[in-house]
Amino acid sequence: MFFQKEIETMPRKELERLQLERLRHQVDYCARNVPFYAKRLAEAGVTAEKIKTLSDVKYIPLTTKADIRDNYPYGLFAVPMKEIVRIHASSGTTGKPTVVGYTRNDLDNWSDCVARLIRAVGVDDGDIAQVSFGYGLFTGALGLHYGLEKVGCAVIPVSSGNTEKQAMLLKDFGTTVLISTPSYAMYMSEVAKGMGITRDELKLRIGLFGSEGCTDALRDKIEQGFGLFSTDNYGMSELMGPGVSGECHLRCGLHVNEDHFLPEIIDPETGEPRERGESGELVVTTLTKEGIPLLRYRTKDLTRLNYEPCACGRTFARMDKVRGRSDDMLKIRGVNVFPSQIESVIAAINGIAPHYELILTRQNYTDYLEVRVELTDASLLENYAALDGLRQTVVAKLQTVLGIKAKVTLAAPSSLKRYEGKAKRIIDRRNENPD
Amino acid sequence: MAIKQVSIFVENKPGTLVAITDAIGAAGVDIRAMSIADTQDFGILRLIVSDAEKTKQAVREIGCVVSITEVVAVAVSDRPGALNDVMHILSENGVNIEYMYAFLTSRGHNAYVVLRVADNDKAAGILASKGVKLVSEDDIANL
Repeated sequence: MFFQKEIETMPRKELERLQLERLRHQVDYCARNVPFYAKRLAEAGVTAEKIKTLSDVKYIPLTTKADIRDNYPYGLFAVPMKEIVRIHASSGTTGKPTVVGYTRNDLDNWSDCVARLIRAVGVDDGDIAQVSFGYGLFTGALGLHYGLEKVGCAVIPVSSGNTEKQAMLLKDFGTTVLISTPSYAMYMSEVAKGMGITRDELKLRIGLFGSEGCTDALRDKIEQGFGLFSTDNYGMSELMGPGVSGECHLRCGLHVNEDHFLPEIIDPETGEPRERGESGELVVTTLTKEGIPLLRYRTKDLTRLNYEPCACGRTFARMDKVRGRSDDMLKIRGVNVFPSQIESVIAAINGIAPHYELILTRQNYTDYLEVRVELTDASLLENYAALDGLRQTVVAKLQTVLGIKAKVTLAAPSSLKRYEGKAKRIIDRRNENPD
Repeated sequence: MAIKQVSIFVENKPGTLVAITDAIGAAGVDIRAMSIADTQDFGILRLIVSDAEKTKQAVREIGCVVSITEVVAVAVSDRPGALNDVMHILSENGVNIEYMYAFLTSRGHNAYVVLRVADNDKAAGILASKGVKLVSEDDIANL
């Protein structure tokens, strides 16, 4: 079950030759079209000619999310706007999103990459696919949408939310493929059950879950609840969106679309390359991107690469499921949240101390964020309405910046832990009671 | 005439109140009356004490958010209908009560009612003109 079998099963030698050729082209392309890279590469003394082997990629300076932000919104675009046909964005630390632009070729390559992971689990043109990711600036929904269309599926762009309707469509439309976050799929299966919809009334056979981590236990539960088989996929908007890598039906690692992405593993502390097979931070160089090419982009995701060919026939390296992140970014209900965002909101509100504690829990397979802050303003003790007003203010301001609603709890002053050195303000209880 | 009330922010968790009563006890302050209501996560403890400033200092030292506000307190005779009379006076004069609580002492035949209203002076004036006995700071200290 392939989408582009020749590429997906290309002998490694041939693949690596293609990667080297594309890498050299990409370095040259960046130097000529992106002033930021022209300067960076010149400073490092790197030119396309100096890249003789794939391992020479290590001489190219690393690119970080901060670099993209510093060049907000279009500074890293390599083409004029008339060649850009789509813009996506993801949330960032300072409220300014990370912006990415796509040329027509980028969209075509993107949907190829997504189509591969769709085909890899056996989805074909006879399938009816319900996309329950939120459509918008987020790359998840449109990324899968175009990949599914390319495969020839009948796509139902229902978006996320309105779960009872989702369950109704699953049944009435005879949906065979569900695309959502694993936690939403779990919730949907419970809602469907509550509505009296049985497994036998559904035609669901495959789930393509992504955009957040998923334990095997949760995966099993979703699969039992819906009677389907599911795979995981990986991506990020900076690199393209979903489709950077994905599992095949054997589920033994996520195949990286290596003809478009050159993956490396580095030591997150030193930035030095790690030996093949070692764990560390995933760094990716885009090999074909035109809109916003990135050289050695630090994903901050911790994983490992396995170059052994897979029994499915694919020769692409397989990455392990992401084990964690090398920075403090949290994924809450699929949304990126940085503690620093919370800190900046809290520090700007009068009546509370600039200390906070974040408590993450999971109920009904949905993440909940509680933010504990310390009350300092004694004048609010006059009445409950005033105290609650302060609480509501914190809730509203956090929601504006984070895009998700948090529960805010007022605590007594100095009651939250203080730290010397690196603070541990995050209590993540999401995996304490395995789903 | 108004008296001082101490308001203390308390988290809704075991051990919070005892830390406060420990501190007040150690400061040698008598608690005359108290009221506490809670929401899901926190409450406001309101106290009428023999020495409000001393209480404020003592609980602030243990890290509490505390404030002193003024409330009206009246003495009503300990008989059926006495409180009702006071309520009628306030109601007929359009005085809204935000919250109230009452206490008794071993001395005398009065019950004491603490009232939180928007305008203390106005409420005190109305009550006094109708012959209701208002309680002063001195009265509280000597109860």
